[in-house]
Amino acid sequence: MGAINAVKDAINFLTAPAIFISLAAVLFFIAVPRRAFWTRRVAMVGTILGALFVGVSMLDPDFALIVKKADNVPIVAMLFLVGFFLWLSLSQAHENDARIAAGEPPVEGTPREAEKTWVWPDLVYTEMLCMVIGMIVLVVWSLALAAPIEEPANPARTPNPSKAPWYFLGLQEMLVYFDPWLAGVVFPSLIIVGLMAIPYIDVNPKGNGYFTFKERKVEIMLFLFGFLILWVLLVLLGTFLRGPNWNFFGPYEYWDLHKLEALNNVNLSEYVFVKWTHLGLPRNMLLRELPGILAVLFYVGVLPGLLAFRHRILGLPIGLKKYYDRLGPWRYAVFVMLLLSMIALPIKMVLRWTLNLKYIIAMPEIFFNI
Amino acid sequence: MATAPEPKPFIARTWDYVTETQIWKSIFRHGMPDTNRNRVLVVMTNVFLHLHPVKIRKSGIRLKFTWCMGGLTFFLFLVETFTGLLLMFYYRPTVAYAYMDIVDLAEQVPLGIMREIHRWGAHAMVITVWLHMFRVFMTGSYKPPREFNWNVGVILLVLTLLLSFTGYLLPWDQLAIWAITVGSNMARATPLLGHEGPGAQLLVLGDVKMVHAGSDARFALLGGRFVGEGALLRFYVLHCVGIPLVAGILMAIHFWRVRKDGGISGPL
Repeated sequence: MGAINAVKDAINFLTAPAIFISLAAVLFFIAVPRRAFWTRRVAMVGTILGALFVGVSMLDPDFALIVKKADNVPIVAMLFLVGFFLWLSLSQAHENDARIAAGEPPVEGTPREAEKTWVWPDLVYTEMLCMVIGMIVLVVWSLALAAPIEEPANPARTPNPSKAPWYFLGLQEMLVYFDPWLAGVVFPSLIIVGLMAIPYIDVNPKGNGYFTFKERKVEIMLFLFGFLILWVLLVLLGTFLRGPNWNFFGPYEYWDLHKLEALNNVNLSEYVFVKWTHLGLPRNMLLRELPGILAVLFYVGVLPGLLAFRHRILGLPIGLKKYYDRLGPWRYAVFVMLLLSMIALPIKMVLRWTLNLKYIIAMPEIFFNI
Repeated sequence: MATAPEPKPFIARTWDYVTETQIWKSIFRHGMPDTNRNRVLVVMTNVFLHLHPVKIRKSGIRLKFTWCMGGLTFFLFLVETFTGLLLMFYYRPTVAYAYMDIVDLAEQVPLGIMREIHRWGAHAMVITVWLHMFRVFMTGSYKPPREFNWNVGVILLVLTLLLSFTGYLLPWDQLAIWAITVGSNMARATPLLGHEGPGAQLLVLGDVKMVHAGSDARFALLGGRFVGEGALLRFYVLHCVGIPLVAGILMAIHFWRVRKDGGISGPL
């Protein structure tokens, strides 16, 4: 028992948001660009390990309680599906890259594949088959699992935790780091706008109509980082690892209503005026928040320009001059603002984990906190 | 002695008879699609099939390339429409009846799985629409000339989430109203338009606040200051009529544009 508990404790420890998200991000940057990670063998081992993890973990009552919640079953299925399709797309992408490097066309471009075929019966047949299989899955699923119905609505009794529908839990998880006006309104709008802007910002003509990684590395890394780490992973976190009071609970941890988490988050103004300079917080709101306002103005006002005219900044290859030259001022402006908005989330996460930073600008008087 | 030609089996004779009638011929203006001419006609003369081109790249029908996720999303939309229609026969969107109607469906209908199919189909549709977007991105299929259709797709994705979100409230149980409460609380913080959003304090006439809990974005969404009778009716109407109507029109455009923009994408 001792050994099992030690493993459980280790997994509980590793799934804490700071460690979990960081590990996932590191694995993401190591694995996605390397062909060796997207072979059949890795897929098999990954599937077996994943299934073993879920299967064995079901023996733990706290784990089983969350995973067996009827509405959470599709999320488990989604995690496996996203994993499978990530593998399917990247294995084909890396395969095509190898072909292109050898001077051959991508698989989709071979004469055999470029040949035209009849919609009736070839395509219609595939569509019908997919429909039939889809219907069978849906009926079996519906027979096996009843749709949840809880107690009647009672506006006087707030459940703890109160969670949004599962596909919005990534946004709810963002509320840990940003206020509702950003996490609930501005960022979701920017996600939609950003997605819609993709075809107009991405001027790379390559990789149209076939899987490839090498020909569009940066686009794919940016999109996948957003989709996998900032969306799917946060949905997972919000669904399975957030309990009462939105506190973190490891997968094998009991959801204790009375779990206490030290709240020692500090605003930037308090860092500057109290901790570092001992001046005391100024009375005037704007003066108090001046450091934060300057930081944000630098981030959205100066940084885009700085990035546009440098290949390297402080010796790091993070300059965007290449993109500025390729995109021109307007496309670049949209691109860089979307990019900085997206990166604002990991930046705020790291600041929270390392410095316990609560707000960069804190003006609760006018509901303006960043 | 010449042998008499073997008589056709009964089914074949019936088939011949049926397909020769005026009624049949008025519906289907072509023969069996086993010749190239008829394969063209079957697609061209059918309002549903003609959203497809007549011929298509071989790479475009391989499941390894398409994953069939767009097709499955559309299929799930049809499933949701059908099961949703049946559920509408038994469900009344009022605070007094809503919850009991759902309980009745669960307890009074032996082997009834309409609500199950509807709910799991909705979850599945959210997943398939994400995976469809994922596939379209990974194959670069949003690149010219398909930029506009990608945009239509993004709106359809948002509408799918909204369809699911509005439907989430209808069972009127604890799960439903608190999920919608959490979700719609965000609207409070809309800049300028939410009563707890930055900038809303600026919108005053003299000392009268223009944006308050009874006039902000959240109030417009819920038809009230909290998730109550007004929200239930509003979400019901949006769920059953408003959003499906818009989504249906956009889907027609989406499929049409797939064809008009050169069919399924492939290397140029």
